[in-house]
Amino acid sequence: MALTELAPPPAPAKPRPTRRPRRQIDRMDRKRQRWGWLFVAPFALVFVTFLVAPLAYAFWMSLQTSTLATGTSFTWFANYAKAFTDPIFLEGLGRVASFALIMIPAQMIVALVAALVLDNLSTALSKFSRLMIFVPYAIPVVIGALMWGFLYSPRFGPATDIFGLVGLAAPDFLSQGTIFASLVNIVTWQWAGYYMIIIYAALRGIDPAIYEAARLDGANGRQIALRVKVPMISSSMVMVLIFALIGTLQFFTEPQVLRAVAQGAIPVSYTPNMYAYSLAFSYSQFNYASAISFALGIVVFAGSYLFLFLTRKQSGLK
Amino acid sequence: MAILTPGAPVPVDAPDDSSPRRPARRGNAGRDGGRKIGSHVLLIILVIYFITPLWWLTVAATKDTAGLFSGSGGPLWFDGEFNLFNNIAGLFEHQGGIYWRWLGNSFFYALSGGVGATILAVLAGYGFAKYRFRGRNAFFSVLLGAVMVPMTALVIPTFVLLSNMGLVNTIWAVILPSLLSPFGVYLMRVYTQDAVPDELLDAARVDGAGELRTFFQVSLPLLRPAIVTVLLLSVVGTWNNFFLPLAVLSDPNLLPVTVGLNNWQALSNAGAGGEQVWNLIVTGAFVSVLPLIIAFLSLQKYWQGGLSLGALK
Repeated sequence: MALTELAPPPAPAKPRPTRRPRRQIDRMDRKRQRWGWLFVAPFALVFVTFLVAPLAYAFWMSLQTSTLATGTSFTWFANYAKAFTDPIFLEGLGRVASFALIMIPAQMIVALVAALVLDNLSTALSKFSRLMIFVPYAIPVVIGALMWGFLYSPRFGPATDIFGLVGLAAPDFLSQGTIFASLVNIVTWQWAGYYMIIIYAALRGIDPAIYEAARLDGANGRQIALRVKVPMISSSMVMVLIFALIGTLQFFTEPQVLRAVAQGAIPVSYTPNMYAYSLAFSYSQFNYASAISFALGIVVFAGSYLFLFLTRKQSGLK
Repeated sequence: MAILTPGAPVPVDAPDDSSPRRPARRGNAGRDGGRKIGSHVLLIILVIYFITPLWWLTVAATKDTAGLFSGSGGPLWFDGEFNLFNNIAGLFEHQGGIYWRWLGNSFFYALSGGVGATILAVLAGYGFAKYRFRGRNAFFSVLLGAVMVPMTALVIPTFVLLSNMGLVNTIWAVILPSLLSPFGVYLMRVYTQDAVPDELLDAARVDGAGELRTFFQVSLPLLRPAIVTVLLLSVVGTWNNFFLPLAVLSDPNLLPVTVGLNNWQALSNAGAGGEQVWNLIVTGAFVSVLPLIIAFLSLQKYWQGGLSLGALK
């Protein structure tokens, strides 16, 4: 990953305040420097071992190709060329992109609406609701997906009964045509509550005097919500969006779990992550799997970075 | 898992006050009662949506396999027979009670990984915030970039690396990578900068306290809210982790409960005769979900302020 490119040139030591040029301070500073590194060192060790090293290693592996016939050989960027022309990978990437287009707005709208409503109320019910909307976040993603798998299932789920009440046949939630929406629903259910808490906290941070001013100017409740509150919490919205973007692009657990109940609708290569996983662990193609992982990592990294750059005004980054 | 990885550098114009609590708003109570009824109705709809799967899980955990398929009360209501305790007993019997071992593993991984990650994050965040040292800015910018590296992209390389070190299929393969929490370090640094004034540290030094003593006795108590937040986030992150243990563990005795239950479900769906244990999967899921829900409900006052730290600071 292009981590190193991010780093500014080796730290120009901060110019010391000119009014304290005494030697004693100098010695103190050197001692402090050592303490700084001591505090950071344990984390730095883990950082290098489990982030920098795997990334460097993956990059190294992704530049090689090994076949039974010829052994391992250095093939430069052949794996990347292969990945970006591999219809399976591209299809997965496209699928993840369309998930991002549908899933992120879905999560954010639910979270925003819930937060705006909760911000307007201060009853026992609203307190209780806040907890209940958040609770799915406490459920492991695997368990959440398992539960929804049962709920979607025509054998176990309530859909037949519920649709039966109005005299309709229940749709098959696990078929090829519906699995997309089914997955969007699971993710929204799981994460909207967490995002709601972040947005809610930001709303609580606004000075209520501003609402008074808006009301005096003749704004009604909806106008205050959309024209005053939402713009004022745009930085939190940007953050939620980044969270959701990073999560969506590495989509893995939910489709992987649902695959067991919807094999026809979810192939092993449904998302790039699932593709890399099956390449590595079912076909032992670690070199190509590394290239896929790395390519995906670059896409996610570039995507979130680009987004942050485009929204730097809203996100408060100059 | 996504939540542990990301972390956008956050607003500078946000209010200083990190506590979301505030006295109730004046003035607008009771003024537009009609709208409030609408809001309440909307809330109830939202709550029903978010709570239904959990309600289903609770009810389903009291049914045997036949009840799951064709219970007298339908999928969303209790069956005639109450089988929760039978199911729990079943969890002790199936495959020699391995479920409890999985649950224990989950606790162990979450605590050791979570506590370890928190300790490293607190130390590093403090180091970044309160000391100027050579390479500090460079390292911190690399770290900020790392927050955006998707953790799942690391799983396969980490697997290969661990297998070269001979650590695959050991508890270390799960614990060591869980210690990595760039987002935690970022949160701790941002929080420390405001919560621990330099003047206070200088005062402690003038009084003759060493750096370690200053850290433990002066700074740590001030950092408590952020520590609880980072701990909570990393424990939940490790507890929920699926991809990493799925890749690095194959010994059934070492699996966390998430991977274990997923295996049962895959076997049951494959239609393997003796392995169709739907009632145990459901009950196992129910039992495994309880600890985190209880933790969240009882630690409310910590996380409600804490989870928003990232947003407000």
